[in-house]
Amino acid sequence: MNTPASFANWKLFWKRWGIGLTTTAVVVAAILYYYARTPQVTEAVLASTLRQSVPLVLGALCGLMGERAAVINIGIEGQMLMAAFVAFLVNVYTGNLLLGVTAGILIGALLGLLLAFMSVTLKIDQIIGGTVINILAIGLTGYFYKVGLSAHGKLNPIPLGPLAKIPLIGPVLFDNPPITYASIILVFVVHYVLFYTPWGLRTRAVGEHPRAADTLGINVYLVRYVNVVVGGALAGLAGAYLSLEAVGSFERLMTNGRGFVALAVMIFGKWTPLGSWGAALLFGFATALQTQLQFGGKVNIPPQFIGMLPYLLTIIVLAGFVGRARPPAADGIPYEKEG
Amino acid sequence: MSEMALEVRNIVKRFPGVLANDHVNFSLRKGEVHALLGENGAGKTTLMNIIYGLYHPDEGDIFVDGQKVTIDSPHDAIRLGIGMVHQHFMLVPVFTVAENLILGAEPTKGWSLDLAAARKAVRRLSEQYGLEVDPDAVVEDLPVGVQQRVEILKALYREAKVLVLDEPTAVLTPQEVEELFVIMRQLTERGVSIIFITHKLKEVLAIADHITVMRRGKVVGTTTPAETSEQGLAAMMVGREVVLQVEKAPAQPADVVLEVRDLHVEDERGLLAVDGVNLEVRAGEILGVAGVQGNGQTELVEAITGLRHIRGGKVLLGGQAVPPRAPRFLIEHGMGHIPEDRQKHGLVLSYTIADNLVLCTYYKPPFAKGMQRNQAAVVENARRLVEQFDVRTPSIFTTAGSLSGGNQQKVIVAREFSRPLKLLVANQPTRGLDVGSIEYIHKRIIQMRDQGAAVLLVSAELDEIMSLADRIAVMYHGKIVAVLEAGKATRTELGLLMAGSQAAQPEAVQA
Amino acid sequence: MSTQAHKTSPWEAVTRFGRSIAVPLGAVVLALVIGAIIIQASGASAWKAYEALARGAFGNAHGWQRTLEKTTPLIFSGLAVAFAFKAGLFNIGAQGQLLFGAITAAWVGFAVHGMPPGIHAAVALTAGAVAGGLYGALPGALKTYTGAHEVITTIMLNYIAMGFTDYLANGPLKDTTPGNIVARTPQILESARLPTWGWLPFGFLLAIVASAFAWWLLQRTTLGFEIRTVGQNPHAARYAGMKVARTIILTMVISALFAGIGGAVETQGVVGRYEPGFNANLGFDGITVALLGKTDPFGVIPAALLLGAMRAGSNQMQFKAHVAQEITDVVQALMLFFVAADMIVRWLLRMRAAEEGEKITLSTGWGSH
Repeated sequence: MNTPASFANWKLFWKRWGIGLTTTAVVVAAILYYYARTPQVTEAVLASTLRQSVPLVLGALCGLMGERAAVINIGIEGQMLMAAFVAFLVNVYTGNLLLGVTAGILIGALLGLLLAFMSVTLKIDQIIGGTVINILAIGLTGYFYKVGLSAHGKLNPIPLGPLAKIPLIGPVLFDNPPITYASIILVFVVHYVLFYTPWGLRTRAVGEHPRAADTLGINVYLVRYVNVVVGGALAGLAGAYLSLEAVGSFERLMTNGRGFVALAVMIFGKWTPLGSWGAALLFGFATALQTQLQFGGKVNIPPQFIGMLPYLLTIIVLAGFVGRARPPAADGIPYEKEG
Repeated sequence: MSEMALEVRNIVKRFPGVLANDHVNFSLRKGEVHALLGENGAGKTTLMNIIYGLYHPDEGDIFVDGQKVTIDSPHDAIRLGIGMVHQHFMLVPVFTVAENLILGAEPTKGWSLDLAAARKAVRRLSEQYGLEVDPDAVVEDLPVGVQQRVEILKALYREAKVLVLDEPTAVLTPQEVEELFVIMRQLTERGVSIIFITHKLKEVLAIADHITVMRRGKVVGTTTPAETSEQGLAAMMVGREVVLQVEKAPAQPADVVLEVRDLHVEDERGLLAVDGVNLEVRAGEILGVAGVQGNGQTELVEAITGLRHIRGGKVLLGGQAVPPRAPRFLIEHGMGHIPEDRQKHGLVLSYTIADNLVLCTYYKPPFAKGMQRNQAAVVENARRLVEQFDVRTPSIFTTAGSLSGGNQQKVIVAREFSRPLKLLVANQPTRGLDVGSIEYIHKRIIQMRDQGAAVLLVSAELDEIMSLADRIAVMYHGKIVAVLEAGKATRTELGLLMAGSQAAQPEAVQA
Repeated sequence: MSTQAHKTSPWEAVTRFGRSIAVPLGAVVLALVIGAIIIQASGASAWKAYEALARGAFGNAHGWQRTLEKTTPLIFSGLAVAFAFKAGLFNIGAQGQLLFGAITAAWVGFAVHGMPPGIHAAVALTAGAVAGGLYGALPGALKTYTGAHEVITTIMLNYIAMGFTDYLANGPLKDTTPGNIVARTPQILESARLPTWGWLPFGFLLAIVASAFAWWLLQRTTLGFEIRTVGQNPHAARYAGMKVARTIILTMVISALFAGIGGAVETQGVVGRYEPGFNANLGFDGITVALLGKTDPFGVIPAALLLGAMRAGSNQMQFKAHVAQEITDVVQALMLFFVAADMIVRWLLRMRAAEEGEKITLSTGWGSH
């Protein structure tokens, strides 16, 4: 960021960051208010918000890496599910958590490769390609899953020394398990790569105007392949989070639509990593609140209705924000070379 | 060291059914502006795409600086110092000028983009070549003329010694054209050689050192501005072949059928493409709209036929105001439409000929009985029309997609003409067709007029306009700049009007 | 020399039919082969497994009945997906629409008393169809008016439908028979039940009729012509004066109507009440059925029969050949993969890529165009 030197710069700065800054200020004020009133509940809700947001933000990063290069990935759900399962299975048989997570990342990337092959090389309808991955994942995890397998432990919180002792901030931010930390770091890494590196510039060019990129000697297919595969790895990490960090076990269909919600998160975040993080936190908050409401027992709403919250939110986001936020111009369109 | 910056010898390029470049020879001296002149479809852009590595020639050689080279991709072309400014800009609209400049050849600091260096490069090149642009401006916010400067800067950033400008003036205002010429002069003074592709005679005479004229894929000749004139160039460009002559009786115009009042229409980018057009077409006459492509003809036709939103003004059919975006209203009130893009709008390629022939009338008797379609009537209709309009097809159940262009167009004509028409709107009705089909469709259009329909004919082919139209309206920059009686208008006069020449404007008849 | 009479020789017709089913058939065979390899690799006999599966599905009258019962909802959800495909829409929401159909039919089935048998069943079926159809109107309207892509909205609506029906079966519509603790509605009345004649369930006949109806609607009516035109070339549809937005919503409603009937038939013909979880995954299976059936209303029937037989016979397979039932899910997923990636199959079968006729083109991107 440039320091806003003149008034014009200041206006530009405000246009880009104004909404984010205002929202952050309001949210911080609200948190402090509630923390003053009910410290434990506030802490619990916030910590839960962050953790609930992890698979969503990782899924959204996967989605936006693909879409920034104009490949729609509707198979995130399947990538997560499969990765959750494989990560769990590897952990069961090796007893090694790190190996499990790595396997999850690899299987996610592998499914990304499959999607890229279908949509970039074979030019199959991208929506159908993603659906194939989803159904494949449901089928394979269903077949190979055996009841009674149990993981060897799960990824536990690592308090970051004295930082974890800070009231409110400590327990929420600095006392988390590794994939949660990783997801926060990855938000900034993807943001950096996308907006501050040659690779990111090329990726965005390929998503907006692939022919222009082609005439400058950029390999459109390669850029799409790499982004979709790396995105798949991120979805894989999200899957590993679900089985090895959040639950410590695998359940059938445990992704429960998070892969699709992640796409709404991405759209709400206007195809940017930071925006997606904000959107993921909002969705995470809705989920955390839901848990709090269910177990707090103070409100008399049927639990199923509270459970619908993230899904309703997704529809509202899609209905309200598509069209207003602009997707990459070439999104979803296979690229044909000329001549 | 060669005197020639670039040379192509005996280039041949075939596309299915077309010989786009037929043994083309062309030499570009160092530091000159060499104009490549020709009508649409003469093969200019094909030749340039070969030079830039986008197409591969079937035969022939390319020499850069006296050395024989192979150019397989834009990457090769860039490396050889060839830069191209495409007719449709290859700029990423949401990027800044600096980002567009460095794309594909990014300066870095560590792993990061060095945007400061990019900005510096923009400023340095701006100063060096007198091309003023703000490096931080977002491209889509810039006027077209400035975007073009960015394209030129892009080529210069890649150290282009040969610059290809493909129809660079097509999208510019006269003032912007002046500025472009100044820039081109500055570039040649600094040793850049320029290939300037255009079909506008005046511009060629104003800027070129040499002029090479192409027609139907062949080079007709090379000359200099001193040795020729506008008339001379026009003759070379158009040729002296027999113009397809259509027999037709004098028009007998009756009541006004189509009236367009102060029409304003925007294009996809929200820019005003049709700017206050007034038109009147009477029963029994053909009004031809002539003009260089991209002067608002497409938008005008789409607005009249109910396919595009109208920003201001009115369209009246038979004195009745047409509701906005209501193609069915127009169809039911006697409008027929031969669309510009027959494959996108005019046909469903996967449907049979029989189904395409009832695309607009499928819901009315005899083609429908209640909510059921009447297959027998559809088949009967198809048999009759295929016969009547001489559509060459093995069967009426053949899909439209497997027909030749001429026969596809005949299917559209058959469908539209099979209704009682009060108004026919035909946009580029013979583009890309063979001579036989062109002749046939021309005959049918005249017939339609003689039966008392009003015909609005839009075409970029001057021949077509001149042989069919009874009155000719010339469209330039979204406006009708003149309306002439067809018998009195000359080719040169029309050509000058189409090119926006003010001097040639005769007694402008209000349409 | 223009038109000759359109006559197709019988041989031509046969080869054309052969070409049209080559890809789905190839996909099925490839999937079964890979399935066999997986079974073999996990230490069981693939031959035995498939044999047990086939016997379980078709070996006796009881097997046939179970196969047809499993096939019926698959035909309906396959029809729902295939029908929407014709207008270029991807209705992944068959699941939710089916749930609404199922629970509405259950409610009418147990709560409305005193109707004559046939009429009661018909009313319950209609109610289920309408409930499903209305639920399908939602994503259609969201797409045309806000540009929200139907793929995500229908999936979200699936989860919402699950939550909502779960709530109903746990709350207002819960079976209050003493001793019941699970979420389910009461039994529907005998008058609302759909009969089974011998091994032939009435619902299966209804599914065949529905397929014929869908075919008639698409191929023989002006509405069907509009739907197909919008799916094949929306620009040409607009040019020809068709109302594209209206057609999209209507297509979604009709598509969802099929799913709704599917749910109602399941309730009235098989389960006899609404129980959450009973219909899980039928919506996704519909996608496989539709694509395997080449999105043709009649093609859906053999595709559904194949999947239905796999479902019906998998018990026997597990019992006799000791192969987990879920292998059928894997085989099914592989079928979908190969049929979607038909270029792979074509390549393996050395077939030409170009094919005449209507192709599926789904709308891409998130905005409405």
